Amino acid sequence: MLDSAKNMKTSLIRDEGIIKSASVLTDEQVRKVINDVLKNETGARLKTYVDTCVHCGLCSEACHYYLSHDKDPSYSPAGKVKQTMWEMIKRKGDVGTAAIQRMSEIASTECNLCRRCAMYCPLGVDIAYIMLVVRRICNKLGVTPTYIEDTSHSHSVTMNQMWVKDDEWIDTLQWQEEEAAEEIPNLRIPLDKEGADFMYSVIGPEPKFRAQLIYQAAVIFNAAGLNWTMPSSPGWDNSDMAMYTGDHEIMGRVKKVHFETAMRLKVKRIVMGECGHAFRSVYDMGNRWLGWKMPPLPMVHSIEFFHDLIKEGKLKLKKKFESPVTLHDPCNVVRGRGLHEMARYIVGESCEEFIEMHPNREHNYCCCAGGGVINCGPPYRNTRVDGNRIKAEQLFAAKSRGAKTIIAPCHNCHGGLEDIVEHYGLHMDIKFFGDILYDLIEKPE
Amino acid sequence: MIGKEQWDWNPGRKIITDLGKWKEEYGYMEEPAVSPDGEKVAAVIKTPEEEFGVCVNGEIWESTFDKICYLQYTPDNRLTATVSDVGEWTVAVDGETWENRYDYMWNLHISADGSRIIAAAQKEGKYLAVNNDVPWENEFMFMTDLSVSADGMHTSGVVQVVPFSEGDIHTFRKGCYTTAVDGRTWENNFMNVWEPEFSPDGKHVAAQIRKSNYEYSIAVDGQAWNNFFGCVWKPRFSPGGDSVSAPVRVGGAWMLARDGEIIWNKKFVQLWHHAYSPDMQHIAAIVAPKFGKWTVAVDGKAWKPCVDEYVTDMVFSPRHNRVACIGKDNGRYYVMTDGKKWDEDFDMAWKPAFSHDGEHLAVKVEKNRHYTYIVDGKILRESYDMLWEPVFSPDGTKLLIRGITRVSGQKEQYFREVISLNQI
Amino acid sequence: MHSIYNFVSGPMVWVAFIVFIGGCLYRLLSMGILAAKRDNVIFSYASPYYGMRSILRWLTPFATTNMRKHPGMTVVTFIFHFCLLLSPLFVYGHIALISESWNVSWWYLPDSVGDVMAFLVVGACAFFMIRRLKDPEVKYLTSASDFVILAIVAAPFLTGFWTYHQWPGYSICGILHILSGEIMLMAIPFTRLSHMIFFPFTRGYIGSEFGAVRHVQDW
Ligand code: SF4
Ligand code: SF4
Repeated sequence: MLDSAKNMKTSLIRDEGIIKSASVLTDEQVRKVINDVLKNETGARLKTYVDTCVHCGLCSEACHYYLSHDKDPSYSPAGKVKQTMWEMIKRKGDVGTAAIQRMSEIASTECNLCRRCAMYCPLGVDIAYIMLVVRRICNKLGVTPTYIEDTSHSHSVTMNQMWVKDDEWIDTLQWQEEEAAEEIPNLRIPLDKEGADFMYSVIGPEPKFRAQLIYQAAVIFNAAGLNWTMPSSPGWDNSDMAMYTGDHEIMGRVKKVHFETAMRLKVKRIVMGECGHAFRSVYDMGNRWLGWKMPPLPMVHSIEFFHDLIKEGKLKLKKKFESPVTLHDPCNVVRGRGLHEMARYIVGESCEEFIEMHPNREHNYCCCAGGGVINCGPPYRNTRVDGNRIKAEQLFAAKSRGAKTIIAPCHNCHGGLEDIVEHYGLHMDIKFFGDILYDLIEKPE
Repeated sequence: MIGKEQWDWNPGRKIITDLGKWKEEYGYMEEPAVSPDGEKVAAVIKTPEEEFGVCVNGEIWESTFDKICYLQYTPDNRLTATVSDVGEWTVAVDGETWENRYDYMWNLHISADGSRIIAAAQKEGKYLAVNNDVPWENEFMFMTDLSVSADGMHTSGVVQVVPFSEGDIHTFRKGCYTTAVDGRTWENNFMNVWEPEFSPDGKHVAAQIRKSNYEYSIAVDGQAWNNFFGCVWKPRFSPGGDSVSAPVRVGGAWMLARDGEIIWNKKFVQLWHHAYSPDMQHIAAIVAPKFGKWTVAVDGKAWKPCVDEYVTDMVFSPRHNRVACIGKDNGRYYVMTDGKKWDEDFDMAWKPAFSHDGEHLAVKVEKNRHYTYIVDGKILRESYDMLWEPVFSPDGTKLLIRGITRVSGQKEQYFREVISLNQI
Repeated sequence: MHSIYNFVSGPMVWVAFIVFIGGCLYRLLSMGILAAKRDNVIFSYASPYYGMRSILRWLTPFATTNMRKHPGMTVVTFIFHFCLLLSPLFVYGHIALISESWNVSWWYLPDSVGDVMAFLVVGACAFFMIRRLKDPEVKYLTSASDFVILAIVAAPFLTGFWTYHQWPGYSICGILHILSGEIMLMAIPFTRLSHMIFFPFTRGYIGSEFGAVRHVQDW
């Protein structure tokens, strides 16, 4: 065993897929791939970050993993870089097949790429970027956690996250349209309507597990009298786990289809459901890999969209949501797009009582599901739940001041918070803005 | 099929119907579809029995359905759609349905002459393509990316041939997908196959493939090129059908390769949607010469004007090797052609259309929720509430306008109008 | 002894400055070229306004959340960097030497102030060292090189302080003072001390990304 492997925490690798994939690897392959990525795919950014980091540890308290593990330094942002990228560089890639498995776990499941630490490091070192480079190296070696790798495979085949087949997608939309038309006669989910004002795109889990969200969106758009469409072809999904495995090529392919679908439909913008990581993918990552400085069409997250609809008077609310709410700020649309005040505007307009959790806005703690961690599946559920005790404490504090419902305008946050609420016995409801607005708006007869 | 020559090319406007009346009568009307010659307009409506029907120029199809989807006209002016009744799907053409029924049908394709209608189908979890009501002999556990040869005689799709359970990443990596052409699969499987494309004669098929996580290439009739790349985009056969070219990614930059070898020795930040000129002498592509700058390159040479957001809908003229596309810059849409960007900007612009002789260029554009055409750089005087894309007369002297105008209150007149180009 | 003094205060000074300035230019230039080659995307996102907004914010004591979370560290860091950068430029001894050689001079610090500043730098270094030894999160990241760097930084101030007070062996200390100052200068471009030259870039870049692209503040 190479000695860098000995330095690793002795915990066993939890993912069978990682172990199996690593079993056919050689130390030489590991060395080659690391050096190849370091030499040919990274440049000044990585080098500057590594050379400039003064090992001061000031980023530590940014990280919920660190805080939740009683300040165990191996969970601090720079601590994770030390165990991964510093080792790779120091040993010129010679870290071996044993260590690379643990490195994959650290980068893929012990960091949410939430970028909170970038706001705490005085030098502005972007740890999330470094972790993503580690993930890419691991992905090139095939040692990515199984569940998320499978999701990335789904993206590559179906252009969506959940192996939803072409016909299942259209069928689901028609089914939701039918159901919704029973509530609101002649309601439509217009498919492939060329020249509509916007295309509505969602993430794979919506048709698969949460089809009612599409129903609700249709009702809301209908109530606001909007001219919208959804595509009947692949390209409807805006989600992206390939971004999080470091497989930029599949990320690019999936984003290309998404944007080109909107271009084909001649819509002026894309409105997307309440998802955070997908926003990062379309706004920040996928577009860049394809050569678009900004998204080629405006990407409007539901928070911004609902905010505008309410502000412009297009959505009228009959009453306010009565039970006291708190708001979880999803990293990818807050640190990723600054939508926190718009979210508070919607809360203000739609809820009777709002209880802030602390810290909040751009300083909010991640849900610990983000960055693809929840997509690494059951083997890492406890990594997430134990790694975010601090969130449970934060929620508990909000709860003791009266909050009963958590509004989390992001799918991953929902998943992550559900597990936390359950594990720590918090007994709080979790809702999307869509859930709340759907109940409150004046619907056409 | 009636050729374009036989259409009514006499200048003048003909009001076909008042769509406002349909809405009033049925209370429900989907987006209308219009025939290429503009003589007919159709839309899905709801009958008083709460069934879906199709209304064509005011008449409704005899049969009604539970669902109607993909309503569209074929190039030879027949009206088709996928329809479902009691949970079964089929295709209807001018109101007559096919014999075969499936659990689901979607993704209608129509051959260039309109003679063939093809759809993807699924029955009991098995997937296949159906061509003029004739199904593939073989069915697959999964199929996507249906494509059709120019004459409509052949169909292909990406199919799964090796089963694996969700989460089995190791079987997946061994290669479980291939292309099926008319239902028969290629010999080789790959990790991924994308967007099969037929040769002009319909005899060969090329597709993008991924052999392993990071090895991409093009396979022609199942045989991968000798060279692998960091990534590839959709391949094209040369018009003669003797070679295949595709954008490939080398060292983080995009280049154009033919049969595995680089042919444009020029690197781009992005390069895709390449196309051959009809005379086979030139290749044009949408490119990003610099990060965040988009334009068209012809034979590897990028046009000077670039736009910041995107370029789409690039087309070659049928003659004279002219190229046109739509560019988006700072939220506005522009027509770009022959290395220049036209001055007028729009809220939206559709695919450019050249006349057959390549002399004229017309584009449907939108401004302030009104639609019009810009022809050879000049905007039509009139604008409309709705407009379909322009069609040139075969001699290139006239233009067919198909549109809707809203007149006083409820009236929504669908009309066809022929104008001569020198009128503009 | 005299010849050693002559050497370190003559040719060696030149060498040190050439290595320092040349080294900084080299590092910046090579990083710039590397960036142009492989990360040229970052140039498109560089925003002078948001970059500066972030840099200035992080140069203002207690202006960021993290600084407020660590008041002790913040006070020490600011005093440390302030004294470290200013005292060499404005202590009387340095200005006197320069004026002797080139006949140029500028405002200088009263001796006692310079003295206190040197003391503060050394004290801050001691604080950093204790932090590295005691704080688990810092200790975890610390390697031998971090102590070497601390020593490199502390040495010129410690020796300067010693010499100024004419404590025993102060003449040797004077030579060591010059030598260690030169070593520090030469170390800047090639060790983690290079954060001095890269700070505006890393901070400016993250500031641009947060401010101009993501419309959010980074502090
Ligand atoms: S989880 Fe967030 S705060 Fe922690 S290291 Fe990763 S990006 Fe930084
Ligand atoms: S990443 Fe920044 S805060 Fe963390 S140790 Fe390095 S320099 Fe200090």
